[in-house]
Amino acid sequence: MSTTRPDPLHPDPLHKLRAYFAGFPLLWPLVGLAALLLFNVVYHPGFLALEVRDGHLYGTPVDLLHQGAKGILLAIGMTLVIASGGIDLSVGSVMALAGAAAALLAKRADLPLVAVIVLPLLLAAIAGLWNGLLVTRIGIQPIIATLVLMTSGRGLAMLLTGGQNPAFDRSGFIFLGNGHLLGLPFTIYLVAAALTTAGLLLRRTALGLFLESTGDNERASRASGVDARLVKTAVYVVSGVCAGLAGLVATSNIKQADPIRTGEMMELDAIFAVVVGGTALTGGRFTLAGSVVGALLIQTLTQTMFYLGVPPPIAPVPKAIIVLAVCLLQSAGFRRDVVGLVKRPIRR
Amino acid sequence: MTRVLLELRDIVKTFGSVKALDRASLTLRAGEIHALMGENGAGKSTLIKVLTGVHAPDAGTIVLDGKPIAPRSPREAEQAGISTVYQEVNLIPTLSIADNLLLGRQPTRLGWIRRRELVRRAEAAVARLGLEIDVTRAVGACPLAIQQMVAIARALDIRARVLVLDEPTSSLDEREVASLFDLLRRLRGEGLAIVLVTHFLDQVYAVSDRITVLRNGAFVGEHETSELPRRRLIEAMLGRDFGDEADARPAAAAAATGKRLLEARGIGRRGLLSPIDLALSEGEIVGLAGLLGAGRTETARLLFGLEAADSGAITIGGQAAVLRSPRDAMGKGLAFCSEDRRAEGILPHLSVRENLILAMQAGRGPWRLLPRREQDALVDHYIRALGIKAPSPEAPIHTLSGGNQQKVLLARALATQPKILLLDEPTRGIDVGAKLEIERLVRSLRERGMSVLFISSDLDELVRTCGRVAVLRDRRKVGELAGDDVRPDKILSVIAHEHDAA
Amino acid sequence: MSRLSFAATAVVLVLLFGTASWLYPGFLSARVIANLFGDNAALGIAAIGMTFVILSGGIDLSVGAVLAFTSTLVALLVTRHAVPPLLAIALGLAIGAAFGAVMGAMIHRYELPPFLVTLAGMFFARGMAFVLSLESLGISHPFYRSAATFGIPLSAKATLNAPALIFLVLFAAASCLLHATRFGRDVYAVGGHEPSARLLGVAVGKTKIAVYALSGTCSALAGVVATLRMGSGNPAQGTGFELDAIACVVIGGTLLSGGVGSLAGTLNGVLIFGTIQIALVFDGRLNSWWARIVVGALLLLFIVFQKLLARAASRRA
Repeated sequence: MSTTRPDPLHPDPLHKLRAYFAGFPLLWPLVGLAALLLFNVVYHPGFLALEVRDGHLYGTPVDLLHQGAKGILLAIGMTLVIASGGIDLSVGSVMALAGAAAALLAKRADLPLVAVIVLPLLLAAIAGLWNGLLVTRIGIQPIIATLVLMTSGRGLAMLLTGGQNPAFDRSGFIFLGNGHLLGLPFTIYLVAAALTTAGLLLRRTALGLFLESTGDNERASRASGVDARLVKTAVYVVSGVCAGLAGLVATSNIKQADPIRTGEMMELDAIFAVVVGGTALTGGRFTLAGSVVGALLIQTLTQTMFYLGVPPPIAPVPKAIIVLAVCLLQSAGFRRDVVGLVKRPIRR
Repeated sequence: MTRVLLELRDIVKTFGSVKALDRASLTLRAGEIHALMGENGAGKSTLIKVLTGVHAPDAGTIVLDGKPIAPRSPREAEQAGISTVYQEVNLIPTLSIADNLLLGRQPTRLGWIRRRELVRRAEAAVARLGLEIDVTRAVGACPLAIQQMVAIARALDIRARVLVLDEPTSSLDEREVASLFDLLRRLRGEGLAIVLVTHFLDQVYAVSDRITVLRNGAFVGEHETSELPRRRLIEAMLGRDFGDEADARPAAAAAATGKRLLEARGIGRRGLLSPIDLALSEGEIVGLAGLLGAGRTETARLLFGLEAADSGAITIGGQAAVLRSPRDAMGKGLAFCSEDRRAEGILPHLSVRENLILAMQAGRGPWRLLPRREQDALVDHYIRALGIKAPSPEAPIHTLSGGNQQKVLLARALATQPKILLLDEPTRGIDVGAKLEIERLVRSLRERGMSVLFISSDLDELVRTCGRVAVLRDRRKVGELAGDDVRPDKILSVIAHEHDAA
Repeated sequence: MSRLSFAATAVVLVLLFGTASWLYPGFLSARVIANLFGDNAALGIAAIGMTFVILSGGIDLSVGAVLAFTSTLVALLVTRHAVPPLLAIALGLAIGAAFGAVMGAMIHRYELPPFLVTLAGMFFARGMAFVLSLESLGISHPFYRSAATFGIPLSAKATLNAPALIFLVLFAAASCLLHATRFGRDVYAVGGHEPSARLLGVAVGKTKIAVYALSGTCSALAGVVATLRMGSGNPAQGTGFELDAIACVVIGGTLLSGGVGSLAGTLNGVLIFGTIQIALVFDGRLNSWWARIVVGALLLLFIVFQKLLARAASRRA
């Protein structure tokens, strides 16, 4: 899949338009999100309404952010992995694994809350490191390397819980996924903190530059002194931690571990969020903000389906169509075909 | 002579804005071995690909046996009797020899492949080349020489009348080359027209009957091999009549020996470069000359830690240095510009600024990001100092011209403030103006005490720029010229092997 | 190299089966063997299609969803619209083939990554299955009743049922296609080295599209087999199925990079997978999630094994 590259043989009629939009890559995801929100407002005028109850803010927009928190967390990690030229299919399983560990730890009253939070995240980081080492040291393609943990991660989670869905009653941990702070769900602060951390680390240090250079041209980066292998390993660790955090939120949401359902199909939502957000699967340039918008767009889509009374199992159909459409629009071959259809070739 | 079998006349082919072929021609007679010669970028490979239907020419004619043809795919070319063995052996490594030989042409009955007949025909095909091998073995498990033979056997099995060999010997040892040439002579005896593309002069003189030279995509001349001295051949390839006159050398190019900065003793790597000695001093530009494939790039890559040397030792500033990665080398004050701008140079979708600061930032590490204002100042400085023409420092580098991309890469290396700069073909594929600017820049670096290893195929450029020139041939260092000896004709005679050539 | 991989899987299968027979009385019986094929027929059929795709250098993540779609479609047509079962099945297979061909065309023509296209295909097919019906649909039709009892008796207690027979017949046919026709050789060539295959005159595009169409057909057939086994069509079944199929193919010694592998290896992989499942049932102490862990471990083991083989081979050359 190639991104926009000027081709002197095929002058692009949309060139000016594209040049204008190129300076603002967030435009299309935002337009998509706005269109979807507009549709909802027309269909259901109360869609954007907010109200204060018991000192908490309620309403669909708040819901979107709260429900979308897991997706956004995963999308952060996935954006980095995809920017490095890889993919991480194991995030759903890692969510289940971290969730299972957290639920078991939360049941033990003798453990401090910090341990309940940090130990599962450590486990998730190790899972990510495992993926990273398979990719960089053994040289397995990312799809396959992460497939291993995708298949066995849930099994490991069930091994931890003994096949049960242990419930817990630990107010501190339950607060993580259900609590409110200053009128807003705590998850929103969590996401904001994760985004801020990621943004600072990537744009205020040289890590973002090294990541984009590695994804854009690994050989050239190595020849310029960038430790590309370390960069590639690190992004899987970050993705693991993000998945772990999402798993904690999911587990806290339902107040019990659920190794089978936690994070089910979430890896796909995460990949789709990144792609819709405008980060190319070929690696290199990435946009965290785009991925966040992409994740919100997918969450809004899910919510819209819900309002329309579409049964949840059917929701994947529009997701699939949107993602394929986005990818086709990014494909030079497709654009050429479409342009060819619009203006018939002039015969000599 | 014998009759003309195939004629390519005035072939033109452009890719984007690059004219790869500009009225190239080639005339083949039945029963001859015809060498197609030219330096990198002369258009040999493109011409071959036009002949074999991979590229469609923009203009020009191909006439086979008096009839014009226009093959649109390798398969159509094969059906017309033109078979090709490409530079990288183009076989499927995971399939057996028999499958590769007859892919798409397997003997079938009612759609089923007749296994026994397949093996029989494959055995017959390799037997024709005097080979005795198990045709059920996977191609990838065979030595390269055998793979090469299998590729030729496949080409011949299609009742070929024209056989094209693109760099067939680059991975073969001497014995294997000899047996390949025996085979070619036998095939010539059978009336085949053979096109041989190679950059090994000795081999051209050993086996070919006739030579066609291309330069910059255009036909330069056709000669009987026996009537064309090596030196004239090289002159034709490089496009210059060297005569005996000494080029006027700018004073800046004169040798100046300060403190010894880098000394490599016997560094080499099996299959890549025979052990060589090389020394660089402060304020000195040392050139590396030689034809394509002579081992120049390999030398630079070994010095920069991009390939691990398996012999020899390097001392930098008097201290032993182990260079296992580019990071090691950069830590010792080296910087490198690759000849392969696309694969190993630019980060195509990142901005000029990011491309420029990457190596310097890598040296600082991830945590100490150069503040944006200083980045901009640095980029501004180099854009002005090197005359880089870019719409803006934030433009993606792939939108720049080749020459400007090259200048950005030079700036990337310079921004690390190296003591030793390794430049591999820094002026290849860029326009004349940019070329001269880069040469001038390199000379000015010398005045600042930097030591430069300058690799170039352009002898004039070497002479204008370098105080000393080491010459490589066949992955070996064969000579070194200094002072007044640095003249195009002298370099040429070392490259051409003139003193010990038969 | 492929022979060595195959030998390794055969050894693993024999060891696994031998250990299970030794540990659990009654394991080594005609009934277990018949069940091994019957229970894993759908998986085996999907794995056959997957073998072609992986050999050509691609991947197909849509197989589980296509299975669910086809089973639901067939059940819906037969029960609600009184379509004759054979016609419904033919229609299901045709849609599966067309679906695969469209994905293959996108992958080839627009150079989109196979995993992304088939991932979207998975979402699409799964959603469409639920569009057809939100619940499992029971099928009652004379054809299905007779199909359920049909079988070839192996012994007094063991019968090779219809799914097992379909699997075995398809396996034989696919083996011929892969190993004894030009198309089969082209699949290997495309997966072995696509640019070379193009230069050697292989119709790369046609081959790739055909391979995905074949996989779509196999997934659809797996869906049909699922209706035979369950007597119903269920839009929710087969989640994670694509991963099981990929695991079987890889454990069977087929290289994920394409070009190396065999259907016999895939059969081995399916039987290893099935043996683990049955052994866990026999044991009773270990829970079913162990199957997932063991499969993951085997997958990793074989991938690393293949890497080491490849490394050794490149060193020799």
